[in-house]
Amino acid sequence: MNKDLTREICELIRITSTDLPEPVEKRLRSALAREVPGSAAHEALRTILENVDLARRNSIPVCQDTGVPVFYVRFPFTMNMVDIERQIRDAVALATRESYLRPNAVDPLTGTNSGNNLGDDHFPSIHYKQVESDELTIDLILKGGGCENVGVQYTLPDERLKAGRDLEGVRKAALDAVFQAQGQGCAPGFLGVTIGGDRETSYAVSKEVFLRDLNDQSPDINLSILEEQITSEANMLGIGPMGFGGKSTILETKIKAIHRLPACYFVTISYMCWAYRRRRMTVVGDIVHYE
Amino acid sequence: MQIELHTPIADEDVLRLHVGDTVILTGIIVTGRDAAHQWLYKKFCDPAGDPSSEEKVISEELKSYLHRGVIYHCGPVVSGVDTRQYRILAAGPTTSIREELYQADIMRLFNIKGVIGKGGMGQNTLEYCQKSPAVYFHAVGGAAVLIARSVKEVLGVYKLEWGVPEAMWVFRVEQLPVIVTMDAFGTSLHEQIRAASKKALDHLIGTNV
Ligand code: SF4
Repeated sequence: MNKDLTREICELIRITSTDLPEPVEKRLRSALAREVPGSAAHEALRTILENVDLARRNSIPVCQDTGVPVFYVRFPFTMNMVDIERQIRDAVALATRESYLRPNAVDPLTGTNSGNNLGDDHFPSIHYKQVESDELTIDLILKGGGCENVGVQYTLPDERLKAGRDLEGVRKAALDAVFQAQGQGCAPGFLGVTIGGDRETSYAVSKEVFLRDLNDQSPDINLSILEEQITSEANMLGIGPMGFGGKSTILETKIKAIHRLPACYFVTISYMCWAYRRRRMTVVGDIVHYE
Repeated sequence: MQIELHTPIADEDVLRLHVGDTVILTGIIVTGRDAAHQWLYKKFCDPAGDPSSEEKVISEELKSYLHRGVIYHCGPVVSGVDTRQYRILAAGPTTSIREELYQADIMRLFNIKGVIGKGGMGQNTLEYCQKSPAVYFHAVGGAAVLIARSVKEVLGVYKLEWGVPEAMWVFRVEQLPVIVTMDAFGTSLHEQIRAASKKALDHLIGTNV
């Protein structure tokens, strides 16, 4: 499998940017059904759904902020990582030229936009894992800046929230994060929560959980209960779509617990806006499959 | 209530608008986000600004569009940048609060009557809206393709060297739908929702944080 995949990866980017996954759209539709017709919340969701449809039909980015591309690559040991990385970067530049991505890589010191979404080693963000299989899979998430800004990491215990080092503390932190975000993360959104880890892994995993199937639940019964509880309580805050007030603020919560240091108890929350753009490509031999 | 509005906007029209109204906007709007606000403030609001003659020309041209006009917090996706055959593909709002520090001064500078963005703004802008009078319009975050459709023409672009998202694009729009979330009477939907959700939060987590 040494075929050049630049074009195919560019197609992955195109689909991710322009075609919102069906399960996400379904959640938005049921959110619409919950809001009062004629309310600002209802109008916002109606507009969102119309926009999703238009974007898909015309192959145009769902949102103008095409975010930071985050790639998760699982590659067979027969494959060369250096090649894959080069192809991913080429594909990102190509997709930018073709207007599937907005140029988003900005040098923080000079303010210069690279113009092609290629920054240093960390832009785009690429995670690798070698697997014992002959399948190559590439997952892509486009993570918007507005919702990235409302992500937050808590260090428990937190005195202000009276949040201790237990699941009750996690619940308080997550609800506080949703409150602080108000509509700024383009609600209704999705929460990715990590309990534990160090600062770095905790953030990384809080994004990785967005790769989970929207309909699954944490295999840990306590966490799956907490996932549902956080979602339903977040919706009691009444923030609503765009922060206009309403019933739908958070559509789903996914939690993962990872080992922590004795001294640290981080709760890290990544917020994903309604434009939850995520796709996967699988390559076996010459066959490329997108989902 | 649904209200049709055209730029340039008269004060009487601003005073007809209340939080919750849907406005269908037609006319000229100029995009501006972080770089634009910071630059305009530094050059033209700060007494130590000392703009060059070239910069003064840009400001005068912007003024012709923004006087009684509308600034839009937006960094669009644009095709045809190389050939200058600009086509706006996606143009939803970006988070407004980042411009809070500069917004009132920039509005005063050009006599801007409306700001479009998302997420709302703070006390300074709200007070300016009351004094001026002016309003804050909320566009639906992420409704990028839909909004781009109401952009009928690109009349110009300034400071493209800042990159496509940060440049100031001048759009002629038709029937752009927005919602008033901060009006000229000191009412902010964002403040109302924040206060109500704070109460709910306190109840849910049993604190008074
Ligand atoms: S938060 Fe998401 S939907 Fe909102 S502007 Fe950013 S990328 Fe678009």
